[in-house]
Amino acid sequence: MEHILVVTLIIGGTAFLSLPLGTYMAWAMDPGSTSPRGTRFTTLFERVGGAGATAGQSWQRYLATLLVFNVVMFSVSFAILTLQQHLPLNPDSKGALDPTLIFNTAASFTTNTNLQHYSGEVTMSYLSQLAALMWLQFVSAATGIAALAALARGIAGRETIGNFLIDVQRASFLVLLPLALLVAPAMVLLGVPMTLQGAVQATTLDGAVQTISRGPVAAFMTIKQLGTNGGGFFGPNATHPLENPSFWTNALAMIAIILVPMACVWMFGRIIGRMRHATVVFAVMTLFLLVKIGAAVTFESAPTAALTDLPVAESSNLEGKELRFGATTGPLWAVLTTSTSNGSVGAMHDSLNPLTGLVPMAGMWLNATFGGVGVGMINMFLYIIVAVFVAGMMVGRTPEYLGHRIEAKEMRLAVLALFAHAFLILGGTALFAATPWGQSAVQDAGAHGFSEILYEFSSAGANNGSGFEGLGDGSWAFNIATGIVMLLGRFLPIILPIAIVGSLMAKRRAVESCGTLGVEDTTFGSMLAITVVIFGALTFLPAAALGPIAEHVSLP
Amino acid sequence: MSDLLSSLRVALATMAICVAGYTAVILGFAQALTPISANGSLITNDEGTVVGSRLVAQAFSSPEYFWSRPSAVDYDAGGAGGSNLSPANPEITARAEELISAHGGASADAPIPADLVTASGAGLDPHISLEGALFQAPRVAEARGVDVSEIERRIEGRAVKPGGPFTAGRIVNVLDLNLALDADLAAPAASQ
Repeated sequence: MEHILVVTLIIGGTAFLSLPLGTYMAWAMDPGSTSPRGTRFTTLFERVGGAGATAGQSWQRYLATLLVFNVVMFSVSFAILTLQQHLPLNPDSKGALDPTLIFNTAASFTTNTNLQHYSGEVTMSYLSQLAALMWLQFVSAATGIAALAALARGIAGRETIGNFLIDVQRASFLVLLPLALLVAPAMVLLGVPMTLQGAVQATTLDGAVQTISRGPVAAFMTIKQLGTNGGGFFGPNATHPLENPSFWTNALAMIAIILVPMACVWMFGRIIGRMRHATVVFAVMTLFLLVKIGAAVTFESAPTAALTDLPVAESSNLEGKELRFGATTGPLWAVLTTSTSNGSVGAMHDSLNPLTGLVPMAGMWLNATFGGVGVGMINMFLYIIVAVFVAGMMVGRTPEYLGHRIEAKEMRLAVLALFAHAFLILGGTALFAATPWGQSAVQDAGAHGFSEILYEFSSAGANNGSGFEGLGDGSWAFNIATGIVMLLGRFLPIILPIAIVGSLMAKRRAVESCGTLGVEDTTFGSMLAITVVIFGALTFLPAAALGPIAEHVSLP
Repeated sequence: MSDLLSSLRVALATMAICVAGYTAVILGFAQALTPISANGSLITNDEGTVVGSRLVAQAFSSPEYFWSRPSAVDYDAGGAGGSNLSPANPEITARAEELISAHGGASADAPIPADLVTASGAGLDPHISLEGALFQAPRVAEARGVDVSEIERRIEGRAVKPGGPFTAGRIVNVLDLNLALDADLAAPAASQ
């Protein structure tokens, strides 16, 4: 019963909030020339940006600017992390970091992944946490929202797709910052710490000495969730009682995880002027989300397998879970955080029952059932292109999407992007499963160890950031390999879809007629869902069989 | 070139507003309105020594205290973490057997609650289940030389549903409960 209540509260409540937010985001990202306040902000952002932030850009130029800005993001954070031991705001005297870890961490936070091969309270100074990592949590999320706005403008048939440096400021200052200023104070009032004082030594009742790490957690954990970043202030992320002290911070965090990804679908619909189409896409995404939640909650209600022969009271699997969140939220969070490329964890995923662990992996493989802020909808756009093309072929007509002709060139780019996602995950997994780089890092040999490697590369490729943390992933080999996978897994699925839109913009747009394939009805919704399952999920079925499914059938 | 210069300007602006400005606002808000939880919900004893955080589990092994859930990091709040063991891993079985005997045994008729033998996500879960507390009540009562009903009454008074109607079971904050016992029931060292 409480399962249904919690899911209704979180999913229903957030879906309800996402609609007005999507309308607001469409205004914030794409104010048009008729909104005087929007024009004032645009003028301000032009002034801040200077020469490179004045005019509309071609799609090639937009992407070039996006990449230049991301190089700046990477370089600034790399410099701060490298120098942290010499910089201020380091009350606990954190030392120098390993160079491959710095590369991995800068790549991870620049790409909105937040895969963490370190433990925040052990490794990072407060300055590194705030000025390197939290800064990237804002601007990497803003990069994704900007890219979606550009994509939507192209589909809407505007003259240009916009200016990246204006878009990234709109997303940072008008979308993410106001949301963070609403949510972070609520987190503070619900008990999340926010201090610049260093760790404290406590003398426990039983006479031991306990070091308790603290920090500016509330500000950090808020944007971590809102921007689908997911990187924890503390090592164990949102299971840590100082990062997530109660049921209510946990519930608010789950809402924050899916709010902006949901609103992005509505923003897309508003900018292209096709809200009925957005509704169909939203419905398909919600359907996948609910199926995954149902599966995960059911699988996780089974007891911990290792305890079956002992005199232990009947219970759901509590290994790696915190009691204050209740029984539903471990698996629910696991689904939300991997459906959205967030990657924060509210329970230890490595200790999930094997089939439950498969559900987050499936979420990362699809990466479009809401997906990351901005980029989730962009990934779904790829599936839409494929679905439209296949549907057009089935009825023997030139495939059109909202009057744009989808031809061989667009299909090639879409399939390349979808294939790259699968190749990065499966190629990385195969390489590490076959070599000592991976074999010596797993916690148990066999199916579970394979799952650990598969999960790690799925997480890097999908820019998720969660992990089966029993894996010893702090080695140079994992740092470099996942760093490269994260960078390719981030920028290919931004560059290729925008190139598709650039190609569509160069063609004459056909007039939609009654013969055009409709994208606003249940037929199209079913077609889209089938495409996602066939292209997204079936690619990974063999790997799933070797990992979590093999582990499940071998359970005692 | 203009892209790079403009990117640097936007980087500086976002750094100033989204990092410095935002952090300052939230920090000021937290320190002004909720200074106790903002600094980690620390608990101080009469002598002014910090005895722990209300939100962070600590190690208890004396019989007169309720014990926290097991911790994969030995209650290290400066480097927290879970066991990350697969739920079928024999290490979980071995750990559970050890804990069952430390808790004085369990049987099919009086099984040990699962939370007392499973490690939490961060290894710092400050709570145990109501059942987990009641399971330990006889030991604590004996160690403190009081009737078990005295202990059970205090447990009941502190057991809460963490999410109201959204959660099924009730839980108890271990440090709170132990501090309450120390405050109004003599520990054996003091009574002897």
